[in-house]
Amino acid sequence: MNNKILYSYTGIFDSPDDITHAAKEAVKQGYTKFDVNTPYPLHGMNKAMNLSPSKLGYIALIFGLSAALGTLLSLWWVSAIDYPIVIGGKPLFSFPAYVPVMFEVTVLTASIATVLAMLFIFFKLPNNAHPLHGTDYMKKVSSDKYGISIQADDPKFNEEKIIEFLQSVNAKEINTLYWNNEEINHENKILDPKFLAFLILVAVVTSGVTYFSLNKLMFMVPFNWMDEQPKQSAQQKSIFFVDGFGMRQPVAGTIARGYIPYQFKGQPDLAGEKLVNPIPVSKESLQIGQTKYDTYCSPCHGYHAESDSRLHGQFPNPPSLHSDKVRNWNDGRIFAVITEGQNIMPSYSTQLTVDERWAVINYLRVLQRALNAKESDLK
Amino acid sequence: MSTVDYTRELSVLEGKPPLRELDDLISKPLETKPNRKFFIALSITLSMTALLVIGLGLTFYYGIGMWGNNIPVGWAWDITNFVFWIGIGHAGTLISAILFLFRQKWRTGIARFAEGMTIFAVMTAGLFPLIHVGRPWLAGYLFPYPSQNSIWVNFTSPLLWDVFAVSTYLTVSLIFWYVGLIPDLATLREKTTNKIKKIIYSVTSLGWRFSNRHWQHYEMVYLILAGFATPLVLSVHTIVSFDFAVSVIPGWHSTIFPPYFVAGAVFSGFAMVQNVLIIVRKIFNYEHIITVDTLEKMNKVMLLTGSMVGYAYAMEFFIAWYGGVEAERFTFLNRALGPYAWAYWIMVTCNVVSPQLFWIKKIRRSIKTMFVIAIFVNIGMWFERFVIIVSSLSRDFLPSSWHHYTPTYVDGMILIGSFGFFFTWILLFAKALPVVSMAEVKAVVEGSQPSHKDH
Repeated sequence: MNNKILYSYTGIFDSPDDITHAAKEAVKQGYTKFDVNTPYPLHGMNKAMNLSPSKLGYIALIFGLSAALGTLLSLWWVSAIDYPIVIGGKPLFSFPAYVPVMFEVTVLTASIATVLAMLFIFFKLPNNAHPLHGTDYMKKVSSDKYGISIQADDPKFNEEKIIEFLQSVNAKEINTLYWNNEEINHENKILDPKFLAFLILVAVVTSGVTYFSLNKLMFMVPFNWMDEQPKQSAQQKSIFFVDGFGMRQPVAGTIARGYIPYQFKGQPDLAGEKLVNPIPVSKESLQIGQTKYDTYCSPCHGYHAESDSRLHGQFPNPPSLHSDKVRNWNDGRIFAVITEGQNIMPSYSTQLTVDERWAVINYLRVLQRALNAKESDLK
Repeated sequence: MSTVDYTRELSVLEGKPPLRELDDLISKPLETKPNRKFFIALSITLSMTALLVIGLGLTFYYGIGMWGNNIPVGWAWDITNFVFWIGIGHAGTLISAILFLFRQKWRTGIARFAEGMTIFAVMTAGLFPLIHVGRPWLAGYLFPYPSQNSIWVNFTSPLLWDVFAVSTYLTVSLIFWYVGLIPDLATLREKTTNKIKKIIYSVTSLGWRFSNRHWQHYEMVYLILAGFATPLVLSVHTIVSFDFAVSVIPGWHSTIFPPYFVAGAVFSGFAMVQNVLIIVRKIFNYEHIITVDTLEKMNKVMLLTGSMVGYAYAMEFFIAWYGGVEAERFTFLNRALGPYAWAYWIMVTCNVVSPQLFWIKKIRRSIKTMFVIAIFVNIGMWFERFVIIVSSLSRDFLPSSWHHYTPTYVDGMILIGSFGFFFTWILLFAKALPVVSMAEVKAVVEGSQPSHKDH
């Protein structure tokens, strides 16, 4: 018995009134390191034991407020800074829509923080190595008895006085509790072969499951991102159509949306008579014309329409566009050349839309005028 | 706290059982081997769960087309079941948190069980949005995290709020439940003679010592959690109702939805808790812990919330007429007289008419009749969600896109299976953990608190 270290003296009581009285007396005697153990919270015990009010409310307050503010800030950053996208015509930072998420995150954070703080910081749990564990005293106070335990490290600790005190408050059973030597001398064995084997097993299972899910499972139906679909793809044989072709010709006479057929095919002179340039000469249309001219026309015709080709003779140079013939052509006649091509010049109808062709013609007129300016242009 | 009068008569417990007897009674199902009846019940619920597994397997393999859903009825039984189950959960939090704040002592006998039901109901409910998205294994995309796609979720969408609300609700309910379980697990730890059980209880009770220096903080945390859970439970069904109310579908776009949904949730939740408790108190002989007085009080809550729901139905009709919007008027006439009129009238009969019988004290206190009425309420509340969702969607603004919804056998399997899933958890819970909080019940036994006669 001598090598055991004394933890406390305990007394058991039968009624809540008695234990409340005992707790009050213990405070009066000046004991500070004592505890009252009861199977359920006793009302008025805080006062009897002279405990200051719990400070856990502050934890909830601090974490709750930080969560609310943090959520608001991150929602603002996400929706107004990092990925600004207008949804339903609402402002990028739309506070009312953030209230639900803010509220939920606040409640979640504050609840988790409060409970974790209570268990791990205030109570210092989990702890199954406390001297009170595995004692008869604990068996009784966990069910239907009320107990007081006065610890040996109390500054006023004196064995005889404590026994006298416990008797004076009518404690039913007075006992001593000792530290459990095994528990005190217990060491964690990290290099225990069993523990190492467990670690290896965990590592193997985790990596195996990860490998299987990422490399195998994601390529199986139905996890394979709908890779296999019972639909007709391009170049596939069809079992539905008689000719076996999966790709079909459009119905005869189909035209693309917005397509207007060119009426003067093979009749450039008629086009010159009938077609009128619908695009007004403006800064915008000339800029479009310049861009398109520089892109598609200038490689052969040159930036200034002087036929200074940039192709170094690999393609025959076209005649100059400053000739009288071209200068006297109507816009419609030039349009016919761009649309259909002429001699070895191919058609540009796929590269340039109708409006762009007219814009190019407007720009060409500017170039022509620049080399053949009139007297009136100087004014 | 000490200003409350604890000496007044309480109806939580009948008689004044010794505290140790309470321990023995509550922990008896945990200490005895499960009997034949338990296995029969478990095999039934597991078979029902198997239907869920098969139904989900068919859904995942062949796709959502296995269900009756088709545009414009994109939401049907899946979301009906989601709203139904999440509503069931609300009773648990109401009992454990709101009645705790109101100091209603009668809640102690039923709180633990109702909290457990909350968790299982929210788990069941959580299945449905997941399977509704078609590829539940990609559900992680619902949470905002900085991914390589460098896009974020839409924080202004009620569906996203739902993700936050339901996951927060499940987490906080679990925490609340576990905090309540700690002292009971410690009692079981001291009580058990089985070595393995002792290890399990030691680990799960975290070494709780029943210290009054701990009880003091514990009670504060319980109060804080109740204070958080109360607005949380109101917010969850409010946000669920936003899923509908924020849209512009006639019959959904209504400001009455949040209070109407919360009342409906409490209504159906109490009905389910009452049904299950009647069976539990019979099987485990808890008649003097879960008393008829307690059940009567639950019936009163059902009468109140049932009347609120009835008022909401009437007010919806009034506003549809008074608001003068053509589509709204049509929607409500269509609900009462259209192709789904049978569902509407089942809803009205079960939800509005049947709980009114609780005005009569005899019916309110008769186990048999209250059990039947609560079943009716559950049926009615399921149909309420069905009517709201399907009747509105199948007849939207464009008559050319109207479509009559008919469920498929897979829909049926998933609905039955969800009940199996829920009741499997209930059965396992009833056998594995104390379904009544020992610490809380002991605290309200007559004479268990200091009498304040003072020395």
